[in-house]
Amino acid sequence: MTRDTDTHLVVIGNGMAGHRLVTTLLARKDRPARITVLGEEASHAYNRILLSPWLAGELGRDELALPAMVAEGVECRPGARVINIDRSSHTLTLESGERLHYNRLVIATGARPTLPEVAGIQLGNVGAFRTMEDGEWLRQQAPGSNAVVIGGGLLGLEAAEGLRKLGVHVTVLQRSDRLMNRQLDAVAAGWLEQTLTRRGITINTGAELARLDGDSNGNVRSLTLRDGRTLAADCVVVAAGITPNATLGRLAGLEVGRGICVDEHLATRDPAIFALGECAEVDGATIGLVEPIWQQVETLVDVLCHRTPAPYQALPSPTRLKVAGIDLYAFGPVEPSEGMETLTYADPEHGDYRRLLIDNDRIKGAVLYGDTRDGPELFRLATTDTALGKARALLIFGAHDAIQRLEEVA
Amino acid sequence: MGELSGQTDRGACHAQTTCPYCGVGCGVRATVSGESISAVEGDPVHPANQGRLCVKGSALHETLGHAGRVLAPRVDGQTVDWDTALDVLARRLHATQAAHGPGSVAAYLSGQLLTEDYYVANKLFKGFLGTPHVDTNSRLCMASAVAAYKRAFGADAVPCCYEDLERAELVVLVGSNLAWNHPVLYQRLKAAKTRNPLMRVVVIDPRVTDSCDIADLYLGIAPGSDARLFNGLLAFMARTNRLDRLYLERHAEGFEETLAAVLEDDTTIEAIAADCDIDAERLETFYYWFATQLHVVTLYSQGINQSSSGTDKCQAIINCHLAGGKLGLPGAGPFSITGQPNAMGGREVGGLANQLAAHMDYHTPGAIERVSTFWGAPSLPTEPGHKAVELFEAIERGEVRAVWIMATNPVVSLPDADRIKRILADCPLVIVSECMENAELLEVADIVLPATGWSEKDGTVTNSERCISRQRGLLPPPGQARHDWQIMTDLAGRLGFGSAFSYTHPAEIFDEHARLSGLDNDPARPDWRAFDISGLCGLDRAAYDALAPIQWPVNADHPQGAARLFEDGRFPTASGRARLLPVRPRLPAQTLSETHPLRLNTGRVRDQWHTMTRTARAARLMNHRDEPFIELNPFDADAAGIEEGRLIELAGEGGHYRGRARIKRGQRRGEVFVPMHWNGAFSGRAKANALITPLVDPISGQPESKHGAVGIQPLAHGWEATLLVAGDLSETVTPTEDCAYWTRIPMRHALRWQLAGTPDAGERDWMDWIARVLPGPVSQWSTDEARGRLRASGLAGNRIAWWLMVGPPAELPSLHWLDACFDPADGTPLEATTRRRLLAGAASGAADVGPIVCSCHQVGQYTITAAIRRGHRSVEALGAELACGTQCGSCQPELKALLEEESVHVEL
Repeated sequence: MTRDTDTHLVVIGNGMAGHRLVTTLLARKDRPARITVLGEEASHAYNRILLSPWLAGELGRDELALPAMVAEGVECRPGARVINIDRSSHTLTLESGERLHYNRLVIATGARPTLPEVAGIQLGNVGAFRTMEDGEWLRQQAPGSNAVVIGGGLLGLEAAEGLRKLGVHVTVLQRSDRLMNRQLDAVAAGWLEQTLTRRGITINTGAELARLDGDSNGNVRSLTLRDGRTLAADCVVVAAGITPNATLGRLAGLEVGRGICVDEHLATRDPAIFALGECAEVDGATIGLVEPIWQQVETLVDVLCHRTPAPYQALPSPTRLKVAGIDLYAFGPVEPSEGMETLTYADPEHGDYRRLLIDNDRIKGAVLYGDTRDGPELFRLATTDTALGKARALLIFGAHDAIQRLEEVA
Repeated sequence: MGELSGQTDRGACHAQTTCPYCGVGCGVRATVSGESISAVEGDPVHPANQGRLCVKGSALHETLGHAGRVLAPRVDGQTVDWDTALDVLARRLHATQAAHGPGSVAAYLSGQLLTEDYYVANKLFKGFLGTPHVDTNSRLCMASAVAAYKRAFGADAVPCCYEDLERAELVVLVGSNLAWNHPVLYQRLKAAKTRNPLMRVVVIDPRVTDSCDIADLYLGIAPGSDARLFNGLLAFMARTNRLDRLYLERHAEGFEETLAAVLEDDTTIEAIAADCDIDAERLETFYYWFATQLHVVTLYSQGINQSSSGTDKCQAIINCHLAGGKLGLPGAGPFSITGQPNAMGGREVGGLANQLAAHMDYHTPGAIERVSTFWGAPSLPTEPGHKAVELFEAIERGEVRAVWIMATNPVVSLPDADRIKRILADCPLVIVSECMENAELLEVADIVLPATGWSEKDGTVTNSERCISRQRGLLPPPGQARHDWQIMTDLAGRLGFGSAFSYTHPAEIFDEHARLSGLDNDPARPDWRAFDISGLCGLDRAAYDALAPIQWPVNADHPQGAARLFEDGRFPTASGRARLLPVRPRLPAQTLSETHPLRLNTGRVRDQWHTMTRTARAARLMNHRDEPFIELNPFDADAAGIEEGRLIELAGEGGHYRGRARIKRGQRRGEVFVPMHWNGAFSGRAKANALITPLVDPISGQPESKHGAVGIQPLAHGWEATLLVAGDLSETVTPTEDCAYWTRIPMRHALRWQLAGTPDAGERDWMDWIARVLPGPVSQWSTDEARGRLRASGLAGNRIAWWLMVGPPAELPSLHWLDACFDPADGTPLEATTRRRLLAGAASGAADVGPIVCSCHQVGQYTITAAIRRGHRSVEALGAELACGTQCGSCQPELKALLEEESVHVEL
């Protein structure tokens, strides 16, 4: 098949979704001939997942860089912010005023941190941990200074651990009664809290932010909780959820819920425009993890190459967290619902914990803390809806033997 | 000579001795390294086993060691020195007799004693303490066979030898699971049958046992119908003109009355088959085979003897042999095989209540005077004493007020065992000579005397073919343990009989014993005695030490011993003829009732011995059957709502028995089987003899241990749990509170407990229980709450202290790997994955070998089935691949069964 030379594909967003889309397309002979990637950040594409180890000093900055997209007809433009989409003329307007024609458009603008609606949230030295810029900012925090991380989820804890390694005194504020409440059960969350506390991070659960107070320079100085406590803060990192960057879609008159609404082929109502990644909303759901983005890319690449795509389906995806030696792996619901059964294993001395939720002889959810090597196997058993039968008794001690037993039975 | 390929242990030497277990009496070659025995193997030159050894014998060296031994004398619970113990003992015995007469003192001996011990005991109690109440646990084993031999032949004399089994054309096993109880003899028979395809084997037993593996014909008769069967055989022989008229005429008496009595019953095949509850055609086949062959050995054991009409059953068998002249020639004879290693030695010295000494009874003319003079005994009793069951009844009545029990555990082995324990608890003076602390009897002992055990004892034993062998003292006695003969000699001195007991070495005792056997014993005279070892008089220590196995009689006529007796047709009866006696078949005395509708049978299992005090020390012997069990027919199981592996309870008149269900088609409907080994030291309520009523044979006094009447029901219980505790901590843990059932299972490095909670105990807070009962904190745990499962362990650094699983034992992995994790010598660090594997109970990826089938080579069932599925389709092929069944061979029937089961899969 000859290349569709007339087609100009524009991708807005040079994050992980956009980069993955383009690199995948480059491997395809039937890709659009011309591809332009517009990135808002000044830097080239980088692996956002590695921001944490970079902050923690485990990786050099260069190691975050994603391979450059060098190919005939491909142009990558960092620092190019799109301010408008004219769907009737298939034209984009950049902040610089430049206009750019597209045949097809992919919006992959990602998401931004959700800021709590409290006084002082706009003060200086209050930021997020989403971008390399954020990382640079955090790396400048002085050893011995006080940092407060708002949000005891995955991202917040990674930021907290990174800051701790820089010698900063870190306090984590978590609204829920436990850390990572969307992934971890009380035991695992408790162990995690214990471990982090032992390392020197102060964890405040059930803590809700009331307001931030600044100094004369307009920088944050302290923050106050709903229960009246006041904490000193030289910097505040907000990691309490994300909001899809759907503004461009809304401006262009596309259907927008939390994110830009797309169908199972990632298409908006405008057949020339697609949305991908954290900014997209499929079936009322937005995503915040990398695995479903990879799945979306697979679908969208086929669409863009005029192949019959496998429709994207929001599959459950596992959460992995590695905070300097603490491995966590979780998927599925955290609390057992009616009729669900629970298998647990705990070895506190070795920091080894796992809990499986079973429904109708099938794995529905899992939390693995410490040794997560069985996680993918368990996840596979869950997604393939495998009946456990006799393997159930062994499962908690090691997926390998259990699966072997399943195979023997078969 | 070329270079040695292997380094020899320079400190080690080999020694020949004799196995202390069953009546086969195998020779053992032990490797002695310093003060321990590092290995044992069959003695290739011993005539009994010719190099073979069964699984129990092969594990002998694993049962040794000082742990668990009685090491010092105790009086009223206080450890004392020997002098104190013997002084107290002498004083109390004297006081008892002074107040209540000579007959207030008794001895209860054992077929585990050596002949020399037995001799001294018999001499001391009868000759010098003047009490006739000397009996032995041999009463439980073969008293009926003895009584029958004495009635028929005029002597307690087994006419056959092991070789006869190999030379027979027909071998009838009746009431004998030879494969499990005399494995080496079974292997000899099996090998002979392979060599001689014309040889036939008939198994007569209510249960299908592993001995059926080589049977050409199996008769699953109704329990207790043996005499009817053999009476019918005699009638058949007469009817079909298969009698040896010449033999009867020349060498026997009583035939006509005997036959006449037999013919009073309906002797048609159909009638007998109906009474015995077997197929008529099979019955006729057996009759035809027996009647038409000359070289027939009928080998019988406890299945015949342990009956309220055991003596008559033996007689019914003997009658058939005499009527057919199938006796006194190679490959023929009625052969009683004994259970214990030295039952025969005990009888030789006369260590039973109805005997005096050296095959002389109280009523033997001139015997009392002869023995009195020989011993210089002041006050020999003149009448027989109480036989085992009667003896304990006499204790209960308070007539016997002091009893010395040596090397046996009657609170387990006698009928109505729980009552026996109560009787002994109430007896004013109970003296126990014992080597193992875990003997339940010690709980009721006033004076405990540490005795030597196998590997330390030095003397002789006589096996089932009259073969006298040396059991040699290879290791020094542990602690303060002494030989039984020494203890009695020391006591005799304190009682003022020193000059009659001046022995310093067993050789001196043996010499005296040999002299007494030949005293006034002239084979030419009509009152000759078959037991005569006068040819062994005068052995000095060196000659005694070097004594090679020899079959009695050993005298001027038979200087090299004799393989067979009565070859000339001359018997030591008054007439010189063997006696046929009319036998009226009697059913078991124990009757069934509405509340006790099932017939109970008892017996041994392959890898255990008696009350397990020794065999339970070898972990591998616990693998074959690890818990007390109840075998029952599938119909009975269904009717009672019992599935395989469920805990069930048997109720008898005298007590209860709790164990796990094994559902077997080889078990007759309406009948159950339980093993005789378990007792209070190993399980909460699993004493077979608690279910047995003390009904005895009127002639032999042997109890009807094979016939109980019981009711059956599922045992109501709550949770079930398995607990393993590290060996060195096991003494500190008592996990049996609120248990409806418990069993202790010694493993190599850990002690395993199988537990079941009482039904009303409800849910247990296990974490709380662990904190109270087990050492150290919980290190890891897992739960499956919906199913009520919990696993937990306690680790101390690199060592595992305990391991708990709450849940049905069917979910247990094979526990060998876990047991190895308890090895204190294993310094492998426990990494996270390994730790999790601890709760799984199996190494990651390591195949679970399944329940151990071959104890010798530790080959598990799963390994074997896998090999079968790979194409190994015979016992030999499996042996070549996995070595299973190649050592003692006793698992071969199970291998065959697996081959049959698996053939279904293979064909698919």
